[in-house]
Amino acid sequence: MQKALVIDPVKCTGCKQCELACSYVKEGEFNPAKSRIRVFDFHQDARFVPYTCTQCAEAWCQRACPVDAITTNEWGVKEVHDGLCVGCKVCIIACPFGTVNYNASTGKVIKCDECGGDPACVKACPTDAIIYMDVEQAGFGKMRQWAAKTDTAAQATQ
Amino acid sequence: MGWTGQVLRVNLTKGTCTPEALNKDWAGQYLGQRGLGSKYLVEETDPKVDPLSPDNKMIFATGPLTGTCASTGGRYSVITKGPLTGAIACSNSGGYWGAELKFAGWDMIILEGKADKPVYLCIIDGKAELLDASEIWGKSVWDMDAWIKSRHQDPMMHVSGIGIAGENGVLYSCIINDLHRAAGRSGVGAVMGSKNLKAIAVRGTGGVKVDDFPAFLAATSAAKEVLAGNAVTGEGLPAFGTQVLMNVINEAGALPTRNTREVQFEGAHDISAEAMAKPSGKDGKPNLLANQACFSCTIACGRISKINEEHYTVRNKPEYWHASGGLEYEAAWALGAATGVSDLDALTYANFICNEQGIDPISFGATLGAAMEMYEDGALTDKDTGGLKLNFGSAEALTQATELTGKAEGFGKELGMGSKKLCDKYGKPELSMTVKGQEFPAYDPRGIQGMGLTYATSNRGACHLRSYTVSSEILGIPEKTDPLVTDGKAGLVKAFQDATAAVDSAGLCIFTTFAWTLEDIAPQIDGALAGEWSVDRLLEIGERVWNLERQYNLQAGFTAKDDTLPKRLLKDAAKTGPAKGLVAGLDKMLPEYYAVRGWTEDGVPTNETLSRLAL
Amino acid sequence: MHHVILGAGPAGVIAADTLRKHDAGAKITLMSAEDEPPYSRMAIPYFLSSQIDEEGTYLRQDHGHYKNQGIELLRARAGAVDANNQTIALEDGGEVQYDRLLIATGASPVHPRVEGLDLPGVHTCWTLEDARAILDRAHKGDDVVLMGAGFIGSIILEALVSRDVKLNVVEMGDRMVARMMDETAGGMLKRWCEEHGVAVLTGTRITQITRSKDRLDVALSSGKSLRAKLVVVAAGIAPNIGFLEGSGIKTRQGVKVDGFMRTSAPHVYAAGDVAQAKDLSTGEFSVLAIQPVAADHGRIAALNMAGHATPHAGSLNMNVLATIGLVSSSFGAWDGVEGGMSAATSDADAYRYLRLEFDGDRLAGAQGVGLTDHIGVARGLIGTRLRLGRWKDVLMKSPERLAEAYVACAQGIR
Repeated sequence: MQKALVIDPVKCTGCKQCELACSYVKEGEFNPAKSRIRVFDFHQDARFVPYTCTQCAEAWCQRACPVDAITTNEWGVKEVHDGLCVGCKVCIIACPFGTVNYNASTGKVIKCDECGGDPACVKACPTDAIIYMDVEQAGFGKMRQWAAKTDTAAQATQ
Repeated sequence: MGWTGQVLRVNLTKGTCTPEALNKDWAGQYLGQRGLGSKYLVEETDPKVDPLSPDNKMIFATGPLTGTCASTGGRYSVITKGPLTGAIACSNSGGYWGAELKFAGWDMIILEGKADKPVYLCIIDGKAELLDASEIWGKSVWDMDAWIKSRHQDPMMHVSGIGIAGENGVLYSCIINDLHRAAGRSGVGAVMGSKNLKAIAVRGTGGVKVDDFPAFLAATSAAKEVLAGNAVTGEGLPAFGTQVLMNVINEAGALPTRNTREVQFEGAHDISAEAMAKPSGKDGKPNLLANQACFSCTIACGRISKINEEHYTVRNKPEYWHASGGLEYEAAWALGAATGVSDLDALTYANFICNEQGIDPISFGATLGAAMEMYEDGALTDKDTGGLKLNFGSAEALTQATELTGKAEGFGKELGMGSKKLCDKYGKPELSMTVKGQEFPAYDPRGIQGMGLTYATSNRGACHLRSYTVSSEILGIPEKTDPLVTDGKAGLVKAFQDATAAVDSAGLCIFTTFAWTLEDIAPQIDGALAGEWSVDRLLEIGERVWNLERQYNLQAGFTAKDDTLPKRLLKDAAKTGPAKGLVAGLDKMLPEYYAVRGWTEDGVPTNETLSRLAL
Repeated sequence: MHHVILGAGPAGVIAADTLRKHDAGAKITLMSAEDEPPYSRMAIPYFLSSQIDEEGTYLRQDHGHYKNQGIELLRARAGAVDANNQTIALEDGGEVQYDRLLIATGASPVHPRVEGLDLPGVHTCWTLEDARAILDRAHKGDDVVLMGAGFIGSIILEALVSRDVKLNVVEMGDRMVARMMDETAGGMLKRWCEEHGVAVLTGTRITQITRSKDRLDVALSSGKSLRAKLVVVAAGIAPNIGFLEGSGIKTRQGVKVDGFMRTSAPHVYAAGDVAQAKDLSTGEFSVLAIQPVAADHGRIAALNMAGHATPHAGSLNMNVLATIGLVSSSFGAWDGVEGGMSAATSDADAYRYLRLEFDGDRLAGAQGVGLTDHIGVARGLIGTRLRLGRWKDVLMKSPERLAEAYVACAQGIR
């Protein structure tokens, strides 16, 4: 069963606990700059938006990778393999959501991998603005549709 | 760990930025932020220094938990000698700036000297430099923030700095970070302005580590559960913010009204949390649109508000139609009850201006209240005010006065001196509601007796955040005491003062203590730092910090005579409410307080006390 | 059904994988003219800098991938295509019959007419074979001349610098990466290179290369000359279409395809560097020889070959480049569209630059230096033609808020 991170910005308070939890799990330190999830602050519009990879079915990052360093795991999650990634950054320009980022200190790219099915951001969120649930229940199709708009193929072909 | 171990020393006179190692011995004795910053200030400056001279220093200090996932672990303090009071000033702020400084690799910034022309300090990770601020000098905090981010092409930068008020020496100007979080009190903004330093912009991409991650995560998780399960921190503050207090304190007969002539405000309900949540305006939206958390905070008491676009203050100013930091309780009281104004949109507008230009709404509102009383008494004339009709209850007077003070123009310049100097100037010193030159906040000591002792003994001048006995006397946290009696308040105040000093030194927000005791906090610090960190050690540090600050003030020239309250509170009884007929019983509490503190009858720490605290 | 794919670059390999996914029973033949497992040219610079070994350049890391997928790898070079009889004549004499054919033969380096380019010690940097030769010759302290500072040249530049050679770059155009970025960005890159000890001679041609003993002398249009142990030629590339002459398959810049990646001949498709396909930004059909476009083409062509009619809405030209650690990127109509507005922000000291080009209130192009966080949103905004509304005004003042603008529009915060 494929699960997905489902984000409700209305509930987000901008506390960045998700960024802290993510960076701790992935980098072993509290470091929002290296978090795979980022909270965008639109407080002038009274809104905070946690933002991360949607794990799209036909992943641009994965297709664009020249060295097969991004693979899809059994939960549909796109994972970057550090040993294979050469840091060419084609995936960071190919991802139309801007959710693959370059980590200059390692020379590799980083993206959300849903922590192997137990996302740290979800556990850390104090307001349930980020939840992890079954894709079909989540109405995730909406995000997918959005994603599909960027596709060079005008028709969804999943 | 918990520390980056790096302090940035900036000499504005020489234009140098020099890294140095954090004094770990002092960190062991003073923990961080308020305590450690004060220790540096005490060691490096003469307490008799003119606060606005180049010889005064100012220190931006984080705590060991700043930049961690400990709830509310994002704070920093500005420590300097305050120009409003002449006492040690320590103003604490949230938002995201403090954590960003840590991520850039710095625990603290020490600023000394004075730049010969306006500059701002730009810190991008390990690189710190002073840059020309001529293009932003004279600009508001909001414009400055946008300019700096644009200049460095980095929307993720965080900026802490001053508005026009701070540049012009408004004595209660504050330092604003992240557009509407403030190191608010005692005029720290004017010190920054006196140094020709407009702002400190920070971007950090490094990480913060703690000593024992598993222990730290366990302790912080458990503590977050406590916050979530508590009625105040889990429900009241997120939903209503500190404004949850407006009606409560008014009911208690402790809401200082119209320059503290009264203790209850008939317009309280109109400026309360409930009013903020009520749909208004033609779009049917309420004043309050959302709550915002500071960095790492799981309470999220911050208010994000919007002014009704039809309101006279902004009808022709679309630049104020966006949402921004809304009214907190103290600001709503000062801009509202203290001036008798009950127009919520006018208050929100005044609050926006306070943030935009960097002025402390508590001192500003209280000063305006005093001016209004002098105006109504005839001590101030239209000629003095430049035509401003300073009548109690006038929203126009409030909003015009805020604009003028924010820009230090016209009568705003006089208001910018603070109520003590203003009332002295116009021959009405008794109308200044201040202690040690600082305006007291939103709790009338006649209705909450412990707050009288709190104000009188606060080391930074009248302040609620040095020992918030409201918690016990009104809310019953950690245990209920009677707000109308003085018995036992000396010990209560000391206990709150010491615990608060420890919390302020940790990098945490004092609002956590509605739910947390030091029993919840000690394990978090213990996980973050090397060594053993017990409740007792924290209490000892709190007491040490308190006495360090006291010593500074005594050396600056303060005496026990300054540990007092305005006559109005001591002589004029409350006219209504539960405290009707009561005055502030400071005389009944103060001697006992000195005794429990281990101070002489003159309020001087005994040698025994000092040596016990290794001072 | 027999699918034949000519060329085992990214377009070919992605097409093969896609065909397998959508046409389980079909026979798939993937032909490669090079004697290597399918690999990625994009990875060659990282091989040159010894970050990875040869295997690290392979397009599929699983050794048994092609076998497991039932994709037959055929080492052969196509000599000609007979579209009427649906056959391919191999250069070595054989013949292959196809039901569906994908031309994904890629491109080859251009050799300018300069005397001496055929001398030993002068190499293009395009194939793994080239890379091995360069690895052999470029060692610490060696004098190396790089001819061309376009996108490919600039990528090779970083790899050569990482080998600690003494590098001179000669570019006949007025700036570096002229087809990817504007003067400001190109100038920034040049200054950055020079600051890092790499001489970049723009507006300069190599007029002749001569050899004396083990040394090459590179004569320049400026009248000066450079000595070199190695000259690397990166003077551009051209689609491999020569073998199609006389086939009846229409070619111009490259193999012309329609909105379904079909060539003028029935059952013949084209993809990747060789295909002249729709450019999303201009609406015209042109060759976009970049990795992500090859990936798009390969997938869409394969879907059509497998019978799933899939229109190609057009690909977006985009590039990302690291020049001695300085990352730059460009997207779409980075040089602007007629009548569109433009916004730029630049900090020369910090080597940061961002320029946005709008078509009405839509993003049409972007280029940046020194920025990597969330830059993919530029593709998202251009690709979706999302209307920015008031966020366009924000971006006109503060281009650096691009990611915010994207997220805000996607979230309906307008």
